[in-house]
Amino acid sequence: MKHLIPEFETLKARLPAGFESSLVLPCLRRIQEERGYVADGDIDGLVEYLGVPRIQIEEVLSFYTQLRRKPIGRWHLQVCRNVSCSMRGAEPILDHLARRLGVAPGQTTPDGRFTLSTVECLGSCGTAPVVMVNDAYHESVSRSELDALIERLP
Amino acid sequence: MTGTKLLMAFPVTATSHMLADYRARGGYRALEKALTQMSPQEVTQEVIASGLQGRGGAAFPVGRKWAVVKLDDGQPHHLCCNADEGEPGTFKDRWILEHAPHLLLESMLIASYAIGVRHSFVYIRGEFDLPYRRLAEAVEEAYAAGYFGERILGTDFACDVFVYRGAGSYVCGEASGLITSIEGKRGYPRNRPPRLTVHGLYQRPTVVNNVETLANIAGIISQGAEAFRKVGTKTSPGTRLISISGHINRPGVYEVELGYPFAKFIREDCGGVLGGRALKAIIPGGVSTKVLTAADVEPLALDHAVLAEAGSSLGSGGMIVIAEGTCMVRLLQVILRFYHHESCGQCTPCRDGMGWLHGIIDRIAAGRGVPEDIERMQAISRANDGTTICGMGDAAGYATVAILDKFRDEFDYFIAHKRSRFDGHLEVAGHA
Repeated sequence: MKHLIPEFETLKARLPAGFESSLVLPCLRRIQEERGYVADGDIDGLVEYLGVPRIQIEEVLSFYTQLRRKPIGRWHLQVCRNVSCSMRGAEPILDHLARRLGVAPGQTTPDGRFTLSTVECLGSCGTAPVVMVNDAYHESVSRSELDALIERLP
Repeated sequence: MTGTKLLMAFPVTATSHMLADYRARGGYRALEKALTQMSPQEVTQEVIASGLQGRGGAAFPVGRKWAVVKLDDGQPHHLCCNADEGEPGTFKDRWILEHAPHLLLESMLIASYAIGVRHSFVYIRGEFDLPYRRLAEAVEEAYAAGYFGERILGTDFACDVFVYRGAGSYVCGEASGLITSIEGKRGYPRNRPPRLTVHGLYQRPTVVNNVETLANIAGIISQGAEAFRKVGTKTSPGTRLISISGHINRPGVYEVELGYPFAKFIREDCGGVLGGRALKAIIPGGVSTKVLTAADVEPLALDHAVLAEAGSSLGSGGMIVIAEGTCMVRLLQVILRFYHHESCGQCTPCRDGMGWLHGIIDRIAAGRGVPEDIERMQAISRANDGTTICGMGDAAGYATVAILDKFRDEFDYFIAHKRSRFDGHLEVAGHA
């Protein structure tokens, strides 16, 4: 993570003095963006850089659902199955993806391409069902669109 | 049409979210007016006079919240804009972030001036990608134009904004959880008192306002409180952004003048229920608000006081329409799975209660329910009332009890026959 410190310093410059602890989440997000997950060495580096207790970083990592301690597939398919999405076909979408990829929610395909997950409300209820593919929302998505996407993704 | 528009009154184009377009629409003139013609106290007085109520869920009077912060207390103050939109059914703040980010930033500057804030924050949910990029782009434009930083518009006013991204946690949308999250910790809500306006971010006086709430400020300052009060009703001035979804022909975000007829909104403006089905029920303001039956809805107006009298709330403006033939057992199962997943685990009644409720509803939905299960669910729900730090436990309980009470026969049927009275699906056939 050391090479990211100049970026972290830019963030720090817009915060009041004494707000180092507030950088825990932005730093973890940025580390994960690059590595795909947060490794032990990243935690060591952050403890040293921010001067916050290690337990604080461990607690944050185990609390927020977007943060990961282990690598996942190259493409993360997250199917919302909250109320509005369920009312517009989220369960059939999830079943279809599980069959098509041959994995259950929470699992990664053996070739490491896809991880399938379920997720709670993504704030895309008017364009349900929604599947998040890495950072991008695929809204009002159909099974055939997802099939085409799976073919296309490297 | 749904009455006067205050926030969505401009055509959305490929550039309408950008600074040049916003300025062409008169943008940042309210900030100039506030900084050059009004004292901070006068700005707060104007917001109090407008009668603006919070748009995040609780409908608390905005000016009264601001007035708690004492300008001469010698401490730094903070403003946090709550953009952690996560209440199921709600996607209206996203509209502002994507299409009117400068309206939000200008309003935040005016609020910061009124409350004496040097450092402000926007807490945006981690999953929002386009809304984040639009907002971050607007922040850079605003800095480059001199609206943030030192000596704003040549005055002594200085203000910074920091866009803080969440990382996946429903409870961080609760104001104190949000603040704890900005402090770089687990987003655990805090006991009140002390109020956040007394001890908030890093124990400093802090105002937390919802995106839509803040977005109304620029208009109130430029047009005046009097003009704002002419829109909406006496008890609920202004408009609400309603995000409507579920079994409805035209889902989306609508700006509705408060006082607008509820049933007309559903039937005419939103095109009625999907598949020509009859209306069964509506969750009016996010899943944490109490469900209303079709008969309940018929005489109501979209107004904070009217909904409160009907035993529910406009909440976060996340309206979910439920068609006749939808299985309410399955619906409650989805809702309780959500609450169980999102309980932060601090308070025993919520942490354990949500797990128990989820377990019981799963059992009923699997055809293994017993008649006592319903009383058991009611008792667990009631045990949450007022016994948890934040409102999530209470709200989950109220929502559960309302569904059990209004659709009791469906639950009895499911337990007795080990299957749904309907087809057991949440989708309307042919519209999945």
